[in-house]
Amino acid sequence: MIYYAVIIAILATMALALARALLGPTVYDRVLAVNMLGTKTVLLIAVAAFFMDRPDFLDLALTYALINFIGVLAVLEFFRVRAQRRLAEEKKGD
Amino acid sequence: MTFIVDAASWVLLTLGGFFVLVGGIGALRMPDLYTRMHAASITDSLGSMLIIAGVILQAGFTLAAVKLAAILVFLLFTSPTAANALASAALLAGINPGLAAPWRHEPRS
Amino acid sequence: MTVFFIIFLLTLLVITALAIVQAKNLFVAAMLSGIFSLMSAMTFFLLDAADVALTEAAVGAGISTVLFLGALALTAEHEHERTGTAARLAALAVVTAVGAVLIYATFDMPRLGDPNAPAQLHVAPWYLEKTPEYIHVPNVVTAVLASFRGYDTLGETFVVFTAGIGVLFLLGTAPVGQPKLSPAMAFAGKSGLRHYQIPRVVGRLLIPFILLFALYVQFHGDFGPGGGFQAGVIVAASMVLYALLEGEQQARRVLSSGVLKVLAAAGTLMYGFTGVACMLLGGKFLDYSVLSSDPVAGQHLGIMLIEAGVGTTVTGVLISVFHSFAARGTK
Repeated sequence: MIYYAVIIAILATMALALARALLGPTVYDRVLAVNMLGTKTVLLIAVAAFFMDRPDFLDLALTYALINFIGVLAVLEFFRVRAQRRLAEEKKGD
Repeated sequence: MTFIVDAASWVLLTLGGFFVLVGGIGALRMPDLYTRMHAASITDSLGSMLIIAGVILQAGFTLAAVKLAAILVFLLFTSPTAANALASAALLAGINPGLAAPWRHEPRS
Repeated sequence: MTVFFIIFLLTLLVITALAIVQAKNLFVAAMLSGIFSLMSAMTFFLLDAADVALTEAAVGAGISTVLFLGALALTAEHEHERTGTAARLAALAVVTAVGAVLIYATFDMPRLGDPNAPAQLHVAPWYLEKTPEYIHVPNVVTAVLASFRGYDTLGETFVVFTAGIGVLFLLGTAPVGQPKLSPAMAFAGKSGLRHYQIPRVVGRLLIPFILLFALYVQFHGDFGPGGGFQAGVIVAASMVLYALLEGEQQARRVLSSGVLKVLAAAGTLMYGFTGVACMLLGGKFLDYSVLSSDPVAGQHLGIMLIEAGVGTTVTGVLISVFHSFAARGTK
């Protein structure tokens, strides 16, 4: 019973994070939203695995926590390199 | 005894759900990128601690509880790191926090 | 009640898909497609399909987004201007017609979860009965994937290998030896180190555990969700993390491109040779029962060998593809 409430809360937060991903003016807002969605997914799997009485599914939560972390770092590195390359091109262009 | 454990886990799960929701609303309504990051990090640390603690109480002394503890430790290590990396990257890209001028140099999107 | 959760997630999927179509900036589209994969992984999980959810989460939401962004770094960032109105109307007409035909075709198919569907009456019960008898492994999905339909999985492994070869043909491998750093990259390197102090410390702590977890997923595939594909993706992700934190050149020194090519090829060869070994021992191709005196033990051995092959190939291919993209970026 309590599981329903928690799952509804987590799903509502996922919807809010999705709204931030769609709205966010800068690209970092969207990265923030993706990171939030990732951790919400981990929490949802952890709770729902108990709710559906399948504790072996917790491996999914751990995998997803890993992949989310690495994905966010990769995306940020990528934006940093792009910003720096643009800065270098502008300096060359002056 | 099991009633106490059940009640404790209910309380933890409810509080956790509440904080997760608060963080989500904060991420949507806050005015600036950095304030949104602050709101989102509430869900990542406090919300996840409470929810996973609640589920561990339900699990008892099984392998599942060990896995949940591992997930919690992992989340506690990595979500602050990701938030730090995000804030640092945004600052390097030139996005200024709210009260100062909007962009440090040209806006990058 | 789970039905409502699934319907809610599917609604979010539709909203995300509409946003992807509508986004003009391709980076935004790439991030949103990561979110899309995440939502579909959650839907699979709620539908009780754990292996698929694991693979979708690992591949779609993590590695795919990184590779898309890498590809966008080498090409353009914004969509090109749209072509004329006539072409777009024609495209809309074609898409609507094909879509209508497809939807009409689905009326003949059984409803989702219908207990009288042929899949539920004939196929699924057969596998559920025969798995304890022939293979005796708790995870029926692994049994079907690795043993009953092992030939299909051989094809999938070759598809992954071919995709890796394709990328290596198009983008080339990383150059041997030290590439010289352009001034922009040198500047980036220095500030990158200062900027990445905390993630480096945390990453160094975590990488050994990530690799250990990948091994756990690889060998635990018989008992829970897991298997070769997911383990390969997790190892590739840990290598991506290492390359991010320590730099591309350092990562190439740790696992050079030659080793990666050998890994990619060795995995598929291992799979194929297991099948041939079964033939040499008197059985059919990929009939693992002949690998040992006890047929069930032979099946276990065969499944372990081919999962190892699949994991090795996926690791080699994904890390090579990542290095191909990233090495181009540093030139």
